Amino acid sequence: MAVATERKTSSVGPLWLERVPGGWWALLFVLLTAPVWANDFFLFQVMGWTFILGIIALSLMFLAGLGGMVSLLQMSVAALAGYMVAIFGTSGVTEISMGLPWWVNIPVAIVIAAIFATLVGALAVRTEGIYTIMITLAIAAAFFYFTRQNYGIFNGYSGFNLVVPPELFGVDWRRPVPFYYLTLGCAAVCYAAVVYVSRAPFGLALQGVRDNPRRMAALGYNVTAHRIAAYSFAGVIAAIGGILLVWQNAQISPGTAGIPAVIDILVIAVVGGLARPIGPFIGALIYVLLRTFSPDFLLAFGLSGERFKLIIGLGFLAVVFFSPDGVLGLWERWKERRRQAKDPLTGAGG
Amino acid sequence: MSLAAPRDAGERLGSVSSGNALELRGVTKLFGALAAIRDVTMTVRSGERRAVLGSNGAGKTTLFNCVTGDFLPTSGTIRLFGEDVTRFPAYERIRRGLRRTYQISLLFNGLTVTDNVYLACRGVSRDRFSLLRPRQGDVLVARADELIEAVHLTSARDTAVANLSYGQQRQLEIALALAGAPRLILFDEPAAGLSPTERAELVSILNGLPEHIGYIIIEHDMDVALRVAERVTMMHNGLVFKEGTPEEIENDAEVQELYLGGGHG
Repeated sequence: MAVATERKTSSVGPLWLERVPGGWWALLFVLLTAPVWANDFFLFQVMGWTFILGIIALSLMFLAGLGGMVSLLQMSVAALAGYMVAIFGTSGVTEISMGLPWWVNIPVAIVIAAIFATLVGALAVRTEGIYTIMITLAIAAAFFYFTRQNYGIFNGYSGFNLVVPPELFGVDWRRPVPFYYLTLGCAAVCYAAVVYVSRAPFGLALQGVRDNPRRMAALGYNVTAHRIAAYSFAGVIAAIGGILLVWQNAQISPGTAGIPAVIDILVIAVVGGLARPIGPFIGALIYVLLRTFSPDFLLAFGLSGERFKLIIGLGFLAVVFFSPDGVLGLWERWKERRRQAKDPLTGAGG
Repeated sequence: MSLAAPRDAGERLGSVSSGNALELRGVTKLFGALAAIRDVTMTVRSGERRAVLGSNGAGKTTLFNCVTGDFLPTSGTIRLFGEDVTRFPAYERIRRGLRRTYQISLLFNGLTVTDNVYLACRGVSRDRFSLLRPRQGDVLVARADELIEAVHLTSARDTAVANLSYGQQRQLEIALALAGAPRLILFDEPAAGLSPTERAELVSILNGLPEHIGYIIIEHDMDVALRVAERVTMMHNGLVFKEGTPEEIENDAEVQELYLGGGHG
């Protein structure tokens, strides 16, 4: 599919633009014009958070969907990048933060997070299936406790506050509309990167490793190195999400990468669907909507708003039970049924 | 269309060339107390076509697994094109011109035929980690197309492997083994489960390989084995017990006893 599709690309014009389905153009239009019809709360809290969680879950989708490696580390990598931005940049904790300019602290944060992901990946790729989940969960838990107990670098329990995006081009990027476009832009770039790489030799080989590692070795691939490289690539994506997350909250503390948050990323990716890069964003939107609005819903029924996790848990159970490949799988099956319901000769609906 | 591909810089020649493609010296593989192969010594010249025959459990596939690096031998040495590769990982041996096919097809079911062959071509080239998609006119995409044509799969090139027939999957196995610049290919029962027509096609593909490509073929179908091999090695209970030309093996009384008499199960 991938290579074959590439071959058909014409050298005359950007044919890929013509291949983008109409629905995507409509979605792009809706997203770009959101500030016109949506309020600041929706832009910043709902959509901004959706894009951020979507990016972090996308890094898991890359590992699990393309590489067959379910890692619970992605939130920790994201949080590490967030911490690094706070430590190398500016924050309310002036005795630790170094105050380096954004063009230093952002790349440094991404590189450190990617190195962390690579090192953990080097450990995790020696295991498979449930053991990969266990080893990454153990490291995520260790990261949480380490940040909570370490005061010299991570400022322990309190973490860092007043971590905000730099003012570039005279724009305060934490205001709702600029922040919305910032997160939308980052999400679009990360999404496009995963789509592109999935059809490049590296991504194709990763799918080969997922399908049949033994055969990949027999074709000359160093399977272990490929898997570790996938952790590095996913680490960069998670780091971008982590930096946006710390900017949105304006603070970071051990709880950002606590066990519940780590598991939420898995839930988001699974609910959305791991088969395609859009899945994590769908899962993130569902999660954020439930998380934001379910307390009101619960209060209306006389239940405590704190019980929103119950609704998320039930939703997760329902999706896993009815559609193990997530909401995306439901959508695909619905489309397939509609296609089959059409008259095979006339194409008319049945 | 040629099956001989120019050597890519990603593949390495053995540091020493002795004129032998493969030399096994006293190779033994134990699984617990069971010796799957014992003290196997054999030499295959460059470009030679060799058949390895033997009943089930004779150790043929274990021998292949030791040569490709899927298993490390318990003792003995393996030299590939003059270089000691006994402790090398599988991918390092592949990069020295070794290829293999599997008894049960090991393919990438989620990908298309083209993607499978392209991956095989890419595996022995540079840029295995490239994040850039192949451009128009990419040499490896063109090479993948040639190989697909060589194994008669052109009409199925955009089909997902999971949707191929069994015979087509066996043909694709061969295309994967021919990717890059192979110098020695190990075919593990390529004719198993094929119809007589598909067997004839297989024999024509094997006989059509360029002269410099040697191979070792494990085959239960004596007809196929003796038509494509120059020399035959007989194995029994993990030991090499006879070696000779197809005629010598065919007329050997011991072989006849073992294969046609009550000597094996």
